[in-house]
Parts: sequence; C-alpha cells; structure tokens
Amino acid sequence: MRPLFQIKNATTRSLLSGLLISIGMFGFGFLLVPIYDIFCKYTGLNGKPDQNPYLYQAEDIIVDSSREITIQFLATNNASINWDFKPTLHKLKVHPGHIASLAFYVRNPNNKDMVGQAIPSVSPFDATDFVHKTECFCFLSQPLGAFQEKIMPLKIIIDSELPKRIKKITLSYTLFDITDMETKGTAVRAQLEKEGMIHDL
Amino acid sequence: MSEHHNPPKGLMRWVLTTNHKDIGSMYLWLSLIMFFVGGFMAMIIRAELFEPGLQIVDPNFYNQMITMHGLIMIFGAVMPAFTGLANWMLPLMIGAPDMALPRMNNWSFWILPFAFIMLSSTLFMEGGSPNFGWTAYAPLSTTYAPNSTTFFIFAIHMMGISSIMGAINIIATILNLRAPGMTLMKMPMFAWTWLITAYLLLAVMPVLAGVVTMLLMDIHFGTSFFNAGGGGDPVLYQHVFWFFGHPEVYIVILPSFGIISTILPAFSRKPLFGYTSMVYALGSIAFLSFIVWAHHMFTVGMPLVGELFFMYATMVISVPTGVKIFNWVATMFRGSLTFEAPMLFSIAFVVLFTIGGFSGLMLAIAPADFQYHDTYFVVAHFHYVFVPGSVFAIFAATYYWLPKWTGNMYDESLAKVHFWFTFIGMNLTFFPMHFLGLAGMPRRIPDYNLQFADFNLIASVGGFLFGATQLVFLFLIIKCIKTGKPASESPWEGAEGLEWTVPSPAPYHTFSTPPDIK
Repeated sequence: MRPLFQIKNATTRSLLSGLLISIGMFGFGFLLVPIYDIFCKYTGLNGKPDQNPYLYQAEDIIVDSSREITIQFLATNNASINWDFKPTLHKLKVHPGHIASLAFYVRNPNNKDMVGQAIPSVSPFDATDFVHKTECFCFLSQPLGAFQEKIMPLKIIIDSELPKRIKKITLSYTLFDITDMETKGTAVRAQLEKEGMIHDL
Repeated sequence: MSEHHNPPKGLMRWVLTTNHKDIGSMYLWLSLIMFFVGGFMAMIIRAELFEPGLQIVDPNFYNQMITMHGLIMIFGAVMPAFTGLANWMLPLMIGAPDMALPRMNNWSFWILPFAFIMLSSTLFMEGGSPNFGWTAYAPLSTTYAPNSTTFFIFAIHMMGISSIMGAINIIATILNLRAPGMTLMKMPMFAWTWLITAYLLLAVMPVLAGVVTMLLMDIHFGTSFFNAGGGGDPVLYQHVFWFFGHPEVYIVILPSFGIISTILPAFSRKPLFGYTSMVYALGSIAFLSFIVWAHHMFTVGMPLVGELFFMYATMVISVPTGVKIFNWVATMFRGSLTFEAPMLFSIAFVVLFTIGGFSGLMLAIAPADFQYHDTYFVVAHFHYVFVPGSVFAIFAATYYWLPKWTGNMYDESLAKVHFWFTFIGMNLTFFPMHFLGLAGMPRRIPDYNLQFADFNLIASVGGFLFGATQLVFLFLIIKCIKTGKPASESPWEGAEGLEWTVPSPAPYHTFSTPPDIK
C-alpha cells in the first residue's frame, strides 16, 4: 500500500519533523499546567486544600480524644487589596474528628463595591489532605459593598487519620481582589458551577 | 554562472546573503557586540558593589542591569556565538557546500538584531527595563512588573523563533549533507555536540515561548496561570521555566565540549581519547538535563521524595561529565603539548569548568542548598561554568579558526597577554564570590553588610581587569583581519579535519563537490 503522502526530499523531512517537535513542545508547555494541577491535587504539593466542601459522613467520623491538635489561623491581604481581614480566633485546640467552628471578620473600607476571593493554604503541606472543611468562605468569592462588613463562617474537621507526628497545623488565607475578574468568574467558581455546587450567580 | 562567483558588494550582500560563511560571520560579530554591551552592564554592577552603600545607581536601575546582563549574555552573546561557529564550521567540517536551508538561515540571523534592539529599547522606556532577574519569576514579572515587560516577552519570542530555526537548520545539515563515507560515528566531535544541542533547543525553546506567553496572558488578558487569586500558582511558573532552564544551561555548554574536544587533540598531537564514550556521555547528559530542573527550586517547598529524587538525579550528571573530563585529561596525557592561545584557553576550560562542576555538586546537596540558595555562592558557581565554560571555549575557537576565517594569523604574543589577564581577572572576580556566598551575602542586592567589603573590592578589581582585557581581544581580531601575516591552508601542526583541506581564507564556496572520506 502506498503511504498517504511521501516526502522525497530528506532536507524537507528534517525541516518538517523539526517544526513538528517544536510545535508539540509548545503545546507540552501548556500541558504542564493541568499536569501540575493534577499532581498537586494528589500530593497536596502546593499546600492548597481540596476546594470542594467536605461531604459529611457521620458514621465515618471517629473522634480521637487521645490527642489534641492546635490549629492556627492566619489572614493575609494580597498586595492588591486593603480590606480589614482577620480571624475571630487565632488559635484553637481540637480533637481530631470534632467539628471546629469559627469565623473570619472582613470589612471593605473603600467607597466602592468590590469582590474578594480567599485562597487557603495548609502548612505543613502533608497535613493538607487531613483538613476537611464542611463550610468555608473560600468556596465562594465574597462581594462586599462600599464600607460593608461581614462575619464569614468556617467549619473544619481534622481527620482522625492525621499522622501522629503532626501536632500543629497552620491554616492560612490570602485575600485577593478579583473585582476585575468577577465577570468571568474565578477558576474555583467555575469548577463549583460545573459540579453543581452553585446554581445562581 | 561563472566558476568563481564572488559575493556582491555593499550592504545588500549582508542583508540578502544565504552563504553560511557570511551568516556565520554576522552571528559572531553580533555576539561580540552583545558581549561588550552585556559586559558594560557587568561593569556597572561591579562598580556599584565596589564598596558598601548605594553610590552610583539606584536599586531599581541596579536590578535592571542584573536582568539585562543575564539576558544579553545568555541569549545575545553565548548562544549566537555558538550558532555562528556552527554556521561557519559545520559545513566545512562535514564536507557540505552550505547549510541545508540557506534562506531560513538568513531569516534566523536577521530576526536577532531586531529582537535585541527591542529588548534594549526597554531601558529607555518609562518605568525602565525588566528588573525581575533573567528568570522572570511571577508575580515579579506580572503583578509587579514594569510596563516594558511586554516588549521583553516579544523579544524572547523572537529569539526563540531564531534559535528553533537555527536548530532545525543544523539538524538538517548534519543529518543530510555529510560527505559520502562520513558515518555519524566518524563525525567531528563539534558536529556531535551541536546535533545534540540542536535537539535540546527544539525541545525546550518552545516551552520558554509557552511560559512567557502565559506571563503575557496573565498581564494583559486576565488569565490566572500564576495568580493564586484566580486559582493559579506562582510556583508553577518556576517549574515550567526551569523545565526550559536546565536543558538551556546544557545548550550553552555542549558546543563548548565539542570545541575543546577539537582543540585539545590538535595541540597534544594525539587523537581524542574515547570518542565513543564521549558521544554516549553527551547523550546521557542531554537526557538527564530534562529530569533535574527542580534542583533550582529546592527551597520552594517539595515533598521529601521530590528533594531526594532531584538531588540524586543531579548528582548522576557528574558521572558522564566526569567521563568527559577524564577523556580530555587522557587526551593530553603523554602528548607533545604546545601552548598556543587556543590550547591555553582549552586547558583553562578543563581546570576551571571542573571547579564550577564541583560547586554545582555542592549546590545539588538538597539540605545544604537551603544555605546556599540565592547567595553569591550560586553566582560564583554559574559564572565558573559560564565564563570558563562557554566564553573561554568561544575564545579558544576564535583563535583556532581565525586563520581559516581571515586568511591571516593573529598576534600570538598579544593573544597570550589576552589569555593571562582574562584568566587572572576571571578568577579574581568570581573566586571570592564563593566565600561571600558561604558567608551569606544574598544575590541581586545592590548594597551589602560591611563584613563583605573586602571580597567585593577584590571581585570588582578583578571584574574591571577582565572587562578591560576584552578590548585587547577586539583589537587582536581587527589587527588579524587588517595586518595579520598570511596563514597557510593548515597553520596548526596537529590539527585534523576537512576544514584544513581548503585554502585560507576559506573561499566563498567550498566543497561544491563532496570530498572523499577514507
């Protein structure tokens, strides 16, 4: 059978294969973005916890009252935003398996409507998979009117499977100004919409 | 067409030329100009660091100099020099009449001057040129970047296109235009090193183009590849950048290996020791270069397994590199050595590159790297591999092939002056930086603590000596072209290769009929 098309000239063949390799590698550069996201999702590499609410399953939760974990809370503003943003509680001791509830206070001191988005990060990073959130203000972007303030709830459960050597976990939130991006929605929001977590916008 | 057709006269000869020798010369001149531009920036950096305190330039301008010095030296001086050498010498070495794709060759050169004009023009823009270091880490290069960053991104795109076209051309030439009888394993070492370099270029320059395109989209089109607020991650930038960046450091060293493997046998009057192992070592280095990138980012946070993997993979590279150094030493062992300028630079290459390799091994130790990271130790390390590695090899190649290019011999005693002052200046500049780094002096900062004053003074004096000595090099080249003594067809007693079978200077057209290979 004759091949579909044949390149007789060896130089043309080198040229075309060279071009193909470089176009392929240009695409591969962009492919590294989803590869990195998947890699981080399974290893918790960048300390970014699962961005979906934890589905509570009562029978699976075992409270481990033999040990207490200290959770520290941090609230940081990204350079793009100047909101007042702080946890109502800086430190909490909790048995793994118990639900801890607390809240973050946020206020928009500007004379304009803005939208903020909090991005969580867990340290040490290998505790990431063991921090479950049933409710978090970070699941949604937070629109605040001019001078508006708000108390934002957070409910977390530390998994009782948490490795014994981890005694202290830091949960840090960085607040970003996404007012300009809000029309398009954030990546997180888009993902939640796709999974049917948010229906109305 | 007459048998001896000569190039047309005037400026249009250079604009329209498809001759590999013309294009090679233009690459080499561009590289020399860029070497002086980047070198002048280094002089500003060393002048500012001459003593503690802020005296000559303001910190923002200092950061611009740091960034532009890196970009211009890598993309403007070293890479075009190697491409120029490939253009000039590859067809002569493998017995080809010209490069395989001569029109593309013209285009890949002529993109470059415009890319560098665009890059340099950012210095005169409002807000100044890029000031985030040549690595352009996000968010420094997105959220906090000067407006000129867009020009920087397009300049990188243009250099990338030029490099990719150059690489395709070299691959097509080496694979298709070798003289009959010259099998791959009979090729000169320089051709082997460039073949592998060209594949590295094809594999990673598009990734660099991709990552700077992501920067462009984050800056202008509201994407969030590297913006955590939109679901991205700044650390991703570092991973993708170094996926390009590590093979890139081999792109600027492998052709040097080829040059050294050509010159050492010539002046030792012995064949290269272990040709086959040299080829396999090259292949292993090229393969390993793709799986070690994260050793540039041990401190950004990685699982322990990751740190260990990248540490061991990096250390494995010293095995094929050690094979090469062993072979070079074995080539010289019991040879009849003479010490002309090309040989002096080659021996200095072997010694100093090994020092740079050892400090690289120190940096590869992940737990120790936490101390060395972002200090002057890193600056000392990569200048020890870049300057004696790439730059000395280019000097050696220039002296070795100048008689073939110009038809005239250079001034040997002046070349020895150039060598010794370069050698002393280079070591005076960069050796103290090891101590500065171990003592904790951070890189990319225009001011420093008083305890670092003495070593910085020595480094600055060395830097000025090194810089001034390069004017001797420029003078030597001009003198060689204008008034050098005519050179014979094969001016080096021990030199082998097809390039020495054509007259000096090499005629405009060579090997129109392929030579016979025994």
